[in-house]
Amino acid sequence: MGVASRVGHLRRRVPALSGEVLVTLLIIGLVGDILRRLLVGIIGGPYLASVVIEGVTIGLAYGLAGIGLSMTYSILSFANFAHGDTMTIGAMSGWSVAYLIGGIGTATLGELVLLDANPGLSITASFGVVIVGVIAAGVLTAGLTVLVDRLVYRPMRRADGIPLLIASIGVALAFRYLAAFFYGTDVMGITQPSGKLALLRVDGTTGIGVLTANQGGSELMTAGEVAGFIALGSTAAPTGTILSVTLHSVVLIVVASVLMLAVHLLLQRTKMGKAMRAMADNKPLAQVTGIPTERVIRLTWIIGGALAGIAGFLIVLKSGTVSFNFGWRILLFIFAAVILGGIGSVYGAIAGGLVIGIVDSVAIIWLPSGLTKVAAFAVLILVLIVRPEGIFRGVTTA
Amino acid sequence: MTQTVTGAVTAAIRELVDDSDLRMIGLTIGGVYLIATVLAVAAGYDVGGIVNTLRAITVFAAGYGMLVLALNLHWGYTGLFNIGVAGFMAIGTYVTAILSAPPELSPGAGLGLPIPIAVLGGMLAAAIAGVLTALPALKMRADYLAIVTVALSEIIRLSIKSQTLASVEVGGLTLGTGGGRGISYPAPSDAATWLIELIPGGTLLYPAGATFGIARPVVSGLVYMLILVAFTAAFYWLLVQIGQSPFGRVLKAIREDELVASALGKDTRIFKLKVFAVGCALMGLGGYLWLGRSGFVNDLSFRPDITFFVFVALIIGGAGSNTGSVLGGIIFSGVLFYLPQFISQNFVRGARAPDTFVEALSGDLTGYLVANISALRFVAIGVLLVWLMQRRPEGILGHRMEAAAAIDLRGGRPGGHEDD
Repeated sequence: MGVASRVGHLRRRVPALSGEVLVTLLIIGLVGDILRRLLVGIIGGPYLASVVIEGVTIGLAYGLAGIGLSMTYSILSFANFAHGDTMTIGAMSGWSVAYLIGGIGTATLGELVLLDANPGLSITASFGVVIVGVIAAGVLTAGLTVLVDRLVYRPMRRADGIPLLIASIGVALAFRYLAAFFYGTDVMGITQPSGKLALLRVDGTTGIGVLTANQGGSELMTAGEVAGFIALGSTAAPTGTILSVTLHSVVLIVVASVLMLAVHLLLQRTKMGKAMRAMADNKPLAQVTGIPTERVIRLTWIIGGALAGIAGFLIVLKSGTVSFNFGWRILLFIFAAVILGGIGSVYGAIAGGLVIGIVDSVAIIWLPSGLTKVAAFAVLILVLIVRPEGIFRGVTTA
Repeated sequence: MTQTVTGAVTAAIRELVDDSDLRMIGLTIGGVYLIATVLAVAAGYDVGGIVNTLRAITVFAAGYGMLVLALNLHWGYTGLFNIGVAGFMAIGTYVTAILSAPPELSPGAGLGLPIPIAVLGGMLAAAIAGVLTALPALKMRADYLAIVTVALSEIIRLSIKSQTLASVEVGGLTLGTGGGRGISYPAPSDAATWLIELIPGGTLLYPAGATFGIARPVVSGLVYMLILVAFTAAFYWLLVQIGQSPFGRVLKAIREDELVASALGKDTRIFKLKVFAVGCALMGLGGYLWLGRSGFVNDLSFRPDITFFVFVALIIGGAGSNTGSVLGGIIFSGVLFYLPQFISQNFVRGARAPDTFVEALSGDLTGYLVANISALRFVAIGVLLVWLMQRRPEGILGHRMEAAAAIDLRGGRPGGHEDD
């Protein structure tokens, strides 16, 4: 390589590099500012921890939904704008099943299916029902996405990304307003408040335990009142909750983590997973090698759809409410997660989801509450400008 | 069988409109008027009511027409996948509003500048926002540009909505977006009353309207409708001028193959910046004139949904065709958007429509369908969009044969299909 071309090569690298350097400096600066605030005492440790836990929880949901978006993006080469509304459909149908099973006899079948009745479901009161709901959400959404692929995307296999993207906008509209047609346009309360996993001080002891929905930290008298109390040490401070996370959030974290591990094993250990990675890498080569592309695509929709439906179900479990457009509203966050992690990378989607969730949650330290979403979207745009290949450059579906 | 029938129908329509664009637009809006009039008569409207319905449809169609034309400059001419229309509309509308609102008017006090200056300021702001968006997005893939623009439009909307920017002190002046409460400013539609009083004998329109049972506000509304139609025509004229100019030819070259365009020595980046500036300025103006016509807006008008509606209208009409843009605007806003709503508002039999789908199954299903037609129309629009993408991605009029030479060399030959 000649000197001139090497200089040219360097010059081309410089703007991209300086952008990345600037972003790194920005991140260091923000983390430093958080530490300063902690040390000076503007924000407390438990507050910061609760904000981060909130971010991690919602970030895992984004990451879980993002896996499917990332897979279809890399294997079918288009940005699926219907992914958010797929989550809505998954959540609503999953909860319909949960209501039917959990609330049978308390209301008419119609009221239960349309989520009009309130059978008072929560993870503590009806663990099995919620788990059945998770499975139902996954199965029903997977079936729906396979059907939609058959009707909408399969006839368009040879089309470019943009016609497919536009078709997915059509699917998104149809999904969203079918949900509105059947379930109505009001925000519906779905779950009862659940218990909380809490780090707390009671009766001179610091420990971890499970509080019920209406147990408050300061009214507790003895450690015996706290279910599953594990003492960690003694304290002189008065009784009170230091940090708590709802059991619904715990379920979200556990289910999402298990499913992410399952996807990892599927992609790395099975032949089908290897075929999927091959297709994401190089489609013509995969076809020449004799990989059954249609089967791979179907499996992609099944996995992506199931994860989207389950993610939607879990987000509703955590927030306690559902409306016909909630998936559409969080679609941009999921896109942000996927692009941040690098399109096609499953681990990237998970990491990106965590970053976006934490940014949206932690930004409250600096920004008024109306503008934290702006910070998350700004991260999305910044990544697309500075490093469009995502934080895990060059890694695809691995 | 169906193919021959549609073929015959298409041929008949083609003969009727004789490939004249103006006649095509006239026939389309005439058809929409006819359906609307029949429905309005069936609903028991008097002359005033019918005229007002047609006015509302026309305002809607003209508003969509302006925005679809502006988007056509980006997506149809240049192939730039901009789905941040709502954001640029919001900037144009809000900057115009803040510049023109009298300082004493609250919420969201403004500068009280003359309206023409405020409008130019709003367009300039939207153009600058467009350039700032385009700068980093120039080399981006089309799908990335789409995501950046839609994210940007949400950033703009959330910023407008936030309490932080609701009221800001700048150098002793209080400016602001009014946050979630929205912003009030001199209504663009007041231009109609001003115009009526300006033109000698214009006020005679009111008694003239009254003889037909048309109320005073409807008369001034009709005049504002004409102003909007005039702006739509001006947008159309401007786009045709751009399309036929050497500048427009470069834009189409970028759309077809950017590499070739730059190999011919055109700096495609500059062209993209310019086209973003012009298109966004038009979106800003269109947003102000249409969504902001009543003198009050809030962030709810600028949700991403409106962007996608404008996009659907452009795709129905045919990206790249100005006449198609207007037709798409009319068909989307009139047939797909307004009329279903009109039906559900006027033909639902009181409170007898069932509340939920399950109740409807055992009772009045038709009543439920009609009452929920506003949700169903979007399902239909979604299905239509998918169908168009599968069967006719060029829309009604997209990819019409364009003469590359200054002289039309096709002569009298019938226009064939040009597939690429």
